[in-house]
Formats: sequence, structure tokens, C-alpha cells
Amino acid sequence: MMPRTPGADLPEHPDWLWHSPDPKPSYDVVIVGGGGHGLATAYYLAVNHGITNVAVLERGWLAGGNMARNTTIIRSNYLWDESAGLYEHALKLWEGLEEELDYPLLFSQRGVLNLAHSLQEVRDGVRRVNANRLNGVDAEWLDPHQVAEICPILNTSDELRYPVLGATWQPRAGIAKHDHVAWAFARALDRMGVDLIQGCEVTGFDRVGDRITGVRTSRGDIAAGKVALAAAGHTSVLADELGLRLPIQSHPLQALVSELLEPVHPTVVMSNSVHVYVSQAHKGELVLGAGIDAHNSYGQRGAFHTIEREMTAAVELFPMFARAHVLRTWGGVVDVTPDASAIMGLTPFEGLYVNCGWGTGGFKSTPGVGWCYAHTIACDEAHPLNAPFSLERFTTGALVDEHGAAGVAH
Amino acid sequence: MMLIPCPWCGPRNETEFHYGGQADVAYPSDPQSISDEDWAHFLFFRDNPKGIFTERWSHAAGCRRWFPVRRDTVTNEIHPDDSARAARTVTR
Ligand SMILES: Cc1cc2nc3c(=O)[nH]c(=O)nc-3n(C[C@H](O)[C@H](O)[C@H](O)COP(=O)(O)OP(=O)(O)OC[C@H]3O[C@@H](n4cnc5c(N)ncnc54)[C@H](O)[C@@H]3O)c2cc1C
Ligand SMILES: [Zn+2]
Repeated sequence: MMPRTPGADLPEHPDWLWHSPDPKPSYDVVIVGGGGHGLATAYYLAVNHGITNVAVLERGWLAGGNMARNTTIIRSNYLWDESAGLYEHALKLWEGLEEELDYPLLFSQRGVLNLAHSLQEVRDGVRRVNANRLNGVDAEWLDPHQVAEICPILNTSDELRYPVLGATWQPRAGIAKHDHVAWAFARALDRMGVDLIQGCEVTGFDRVGDRITGVRTSRGDIAAGKVALAAAGHTSVLADELGLRLPIQSHPLQALVSELLEPVHPTVVMSNSVHVYVSQAHKGELVLGAGIDAHNSYGQRGAFHTIEREMTAAVELFPMFARAHVLRTWGGVVDVTPDASAIMGLTPFEGLYVNCGWGTGGFKSTPGVGWCYAHTIACDEAHPLNAPFSLERFTTGALVDEHGAAGVAH
Repeated sequence: MMLIPCPWCGPRNETEFHYGGQADVAYPSDPQSISDEDWAHFLFFRDNPKGIFTERWSHAAGCRRWFPVRRDTVTNEIHPDDSARAARTVTR
């Protein structure tokens, strides 16, 4: 499951996987944001709907936003039917993606443990396992001994301030190498004639009444039959240009990695209440993340006290980590919604589509988002899997309250 | 780590505070009569600017009072003059 020599199974860094064309005057579809979601959406627009006169506009460099900053945990063990449908669809796509894109994504189904530290968390966990099974999602409830068998380095003694009382276990969950996912999509798109345009910031929209007809960018105006937002934490900035209010708040979310270590950590461990999540990357770094910083921010950095709390939790759960050195810390800008679920669908503007609010957990959905969002754009109606995630749910009250299963206290 | 200016106690470490989101969100004056859309906007929709944001902080580990702060959400720069002007407790 883990490489013997750290890094042994990493391919060489690619020289040239895609071109950097100048923007054309017009496209059938313009996608704003060249992260995983924008790239996957363009991919399924081409593959599932035959639409290739498409540009993906990225203000920075391709996939340099949250795509390059996340801790790459992939799972589908969400509580509600709506979420299980979407994330499980994504997980099934992940399972065939490496072959389909013919590129090593290092998708490793090493399983995920979601720890419970209180009786309430035990009840919630057991309930979620049952809900998962009813939805065809693999899930088991494990007692502390079974947890220790899967992850021997985890402190499962009852001496802890918040002892491990059990865990949910999804064996098909895991991690993938995020850069490679982006590169693989980009290479496939380039071959299909889709324009990937970097250093191109969208600053506004052209419209005729309530119909969007194009975008204004730092590299000139571009006409578009349809405009699809995939700008993650920056979606409010774009929507403000149209006076469109969205129920999202942008927060810093930080992560960090240790120096390279021999393989010690065989799975993914997440804890909601002491709040840390940890896996070990293929090369050998321990990859740690926790919750958002409380305040709104577009600064791509957070405060040290958040890291300190996360490290406290990590060292208590994994005493051996106390001797590991932190190599790097960084932050992303994530868009958090009131019900901890994404927003995906049509907008009050004709020809404008929105995909945002994935907050702290949208990497795992990347292929699923691409699939459903491409359908929404091509057919002008939501795919059944993303229909529950419309903007209207905040008015109708049909919220998809995933605070418990989202895995991160927003 | 931010140094947040409590109007009563002076500048203190961010860890002493609790974040309250956007300031000056008014409770609907006639809740019985407003539309579902307006309720949704009151409950779930807040400004999310890239730039100056007027937000509330509570000095939870100090005087425990709420006050507004004008902060740049990109640089974290705080505009103290403006926040002192509007400092007040929240009674509800
Ligand atoms: C520290 C951290 C850890 C995380 N861990 C996980 C995890 O373990 N598992 C998981 O599932 N998810 C995780 N996430 C969340 C996940 O990264 C995001 O939900 C997901 O990446 C969002 O979709 P995206 O990939 O398209 O976003 P991004 O990669 O951020 O793409 C948006 C792109 O839009 C561009 N853009 C913005 N504004 C404009 C504009 N005006 N014009 C042109 N381009 C623009 C940005 O530069 C950016 O590249 C984590 C996030 C962070 C920050
Ligand atoms: Zn005070």
C-alpha cells in the first residue's frame, strides 16, 4: 500500500503538458477559475456533451488556488442522501480516473477513520455508518481495539483528555496527488482543443438585460454563450459585480507538512472534536489540517494559534509526531455556507452558472462536480445529483445540513 | 495573529476575542410581514468583501463587550479611528 522508499513511485516532473494560448474573442462556454473544479467541468463538457469551444480563465497559474493547497482527503461518508449521492458519484469516478486520464494520480484508497471522542459523537458516528450503508457507501463502526489495529501509531489508551471511543471507517476513502489531478485534466483538455488561459483575471461581466453575454478580463473582453463560475473563495467578489448576493463567507484554511519521514501512517485519521486530520503523503511528509480561522479573509494565510491548537491535538493523538519537524505551513481561501454544503446550479441570470461553497471539502468532489456542473451548463438544468444544492434552498429552507459529517467545524 | 483594538481595554491579542461576523445586521422591523426571500437574506446572507469589512468582535477573555472593527480582509489592517467612533455594547 505504501511505497518502501519514500518517493519511489512518483513520476518525473512533466515538462510541458499544456499550451498557454492567448484568449480568442469568443467561446461557447467560458469557465472562470482554473482549479480542479474548473478543469474537471471543462473535461466533462467535452467528453459527455461534445462541447470543446471552451476557455478556462485563471487569474494566477493553473490550479494554484485551493487545488494546490488542500490536504487531498477523498471520502464519501456524508450523512444526508443528497451529499452521499454527490460524493459517492465522485468517488466512483475517482476509482476509474487514473485509467481514463492515462496519468498517475497516485489515488490511494488507504481508508479514512473519523474518530469519536464523546458519547454523542459515538451515536452520530453509528448513525452515519447506518445512513452510509443505506446509500450504498462502504462504512463500518469500529471500537478502539479495531481502530488500533488499522492505525497502530494512534493513541487509543483511555488516559487521554478526550479518549478515542470508536471511529467510523470507510475503506474506499483515501488521498490523491492534487497537482497530478490538475495536470492530467489540463493535458486532456489541451489535446481536445480547450484553451487554458493563465494570468487572466475576470473583473466583470457583459450583459444584455438579465442575460450574461461575456466576461471582462485583465486581457480584454471575451464573449461567451455561457459563463460558469468555479472561483472557490473568490466567488463573492465576482457575484458582487452583478449585485448577486451569495450565502458564503470566505475564510482562511491552513495546512502544514512535516519533513519527509519513513512510512509510519497507513491511513487517514480525522477528528472533529480535538480537531486535526492527518495522512502521510506518498513522498513521506505528514500532511496536517484543521479548522478555518474564525474571521473572513482573502489573505491566503491564517493565525499561528490555529496551527498551535491543531498541533496540540495531533501530538496527543500521535505521540510519536512530537519529534517531527514542521517544514511548511500555508493557507487557502475557502467559501463556507451556512449549512456546510455546496451551492451548484443556475442563477437568476440567464447564461450564468454558479459552483461555490465547497468550503473545506471540495477536492474530493472534483470529478463529481465536473460531471454534474457540465450537465447543468450544457442542458440548462441541474443534474439530479446537484439539484438539491441550488441557491433556492436558502429560501425554501430545504438545507442540507452537513456540519456533522463535513468533518471540519465551520 | 492580529492585534485587535478593544475600545475599552486597548489592543489585545486575537486569541482573547470571539468573532461575530458582519456588524450592523438589523433584525427585521416587522418580522410577520416580510417575504421568505427577505427572511433568507436576514438569516443566511452576509457581505463578504475583499477589502474593508465592518465586523463585530467580542472581547471574550477581557471586558466581554462587543464592538465593531473596520478591517481589510486582504491585509488584516485595522482602521482604529473608525471602530472607536462606533464602539458600543450590544444589549440583546
Ligand atoms: C488547507 C486546505 C485543506 C483542504 N483539504 C481538503 C481535503 O482534504 N479534502 C477535500 O475534499 N477538500 C479540501 N479542501 C478544499 C478544496 O481545496 C476546495 O474545496 C476545492 O479545491 C475548491 O475547488 P477548486 O479546486 O476549483 O478551487 P481552487 O483551486 O481555489 O480554484 C479556483 C480558482 O479560481 C481562480 N480565480 C479566482 N478568482 C478569479 C477571477 N476573478 N478570474 C479568474 N480566476 C479566478 C483562483 O485563482 C483559483 O485558481 C482544502 C482546502 C484548503 C485550503
Ligand atoms: Zn475589552
